[in-house]
Amino acid sequence: MKKIVLLVEDSPGDVRLTQEAFRDADPQIDLRVAVDGVEAMAYLRREGAHIGASRPDFILLDLNLPKMDGREVLAHIKEDEDLKTIPTVILTTSDAEADVVTSYRLQANCYLSKPVQLEEFESLVKSINDFWLTRVKLPQQALGN
Amino acid sequence: MEDDEMPIEVLLVEDSPGDVRLTQEAFRDSGKPVRLHLAADGIEAMAFLRREGIYANAPRPDLILLDLNLPKMDGREVLALIKKDQDLKIIPTIILTTSDDEADVMISYQLQANCYLRKPAHWDAFDSLVRSINAFWLTRAKLPQQMQNV
Repeated sequence: MKKIVLLVEDSPGDVRLTQEAFRDADPQIDLRVAVDGVEAMAYLRREGAHIGASRPDFILLDLNLPKMDGREVLAHIKEDEDLKTIPTVILTTSDAEADVVTSYRLQANCYLSKPVQLEEFESLVKSINDFWLTRVKLPQQALGN
Repeated sequence: MEDDEMPIEVLLVEDSPGDVRLTQEAFRDSGKPVRLHLAADGIEAMAFLRREGIYANAPRPDLILLDLNLPKMDGREVLALIKKDQDLKIIPTIILTTSDDEADVMISYQLQANCYLRKPAHWDAFDSLVRSINAFWLTRAKLPQQMQNV
């Protein structure tokens, strides 16, 4: 079954790299992109242009985003009884200990620092695919219950 | 970085001696300075985490591996207690269980388990899974640092 990944990322370069790395790792992955926090929440709540949006199996969330910050997006996801079961992994350039602790406190499923080097970035995306989308048992789509 | 030398404290909550042994061996071969602590039931796990009784000087784990089916206090209850505790909730808690029941997967994520892994029946696959936990959680992931007074 095709896995749907929602990438919440405002940097076009990082979006491009992530798309390419996922395509190389597993062409079956259906990567959707939201470029700011407001769009991410509209997608997840199927509002406006996202009315027919599929529920993602997995979310990759940057912290520093326009309009609504990633910490706020994370808090909204994890306060929502329906959305909270979607594994949400932080992928950010921030290395600040305060961001790591805040993210885990808000119940991020995992925190990853974005590497600066291209090869390392590709290798990280591959490891996300190998671990989270292959090893981990993700919750099944809840169909109306 | 210097803190690469700091041992990573892992709490394994598991009642099956065979699975404990396999996990110990797989961690030992990982090449990372891991200190694996063991709790054989849910009550012992909570005493370790709350530093009660003989665990008064227990280190705070950086990572918890939690089985669901445990004597005395079940893994679901341990997970709920960890994730309700303002101090303990930031410790990444990985469910590692033989249960394949979709309801267990769902309830674990509802209780905010960090991830859910099914224990494979064969030794090779079990070893490979523990190695992947090592590779991902101890190398790739950024874990919250041990906080002294915060």
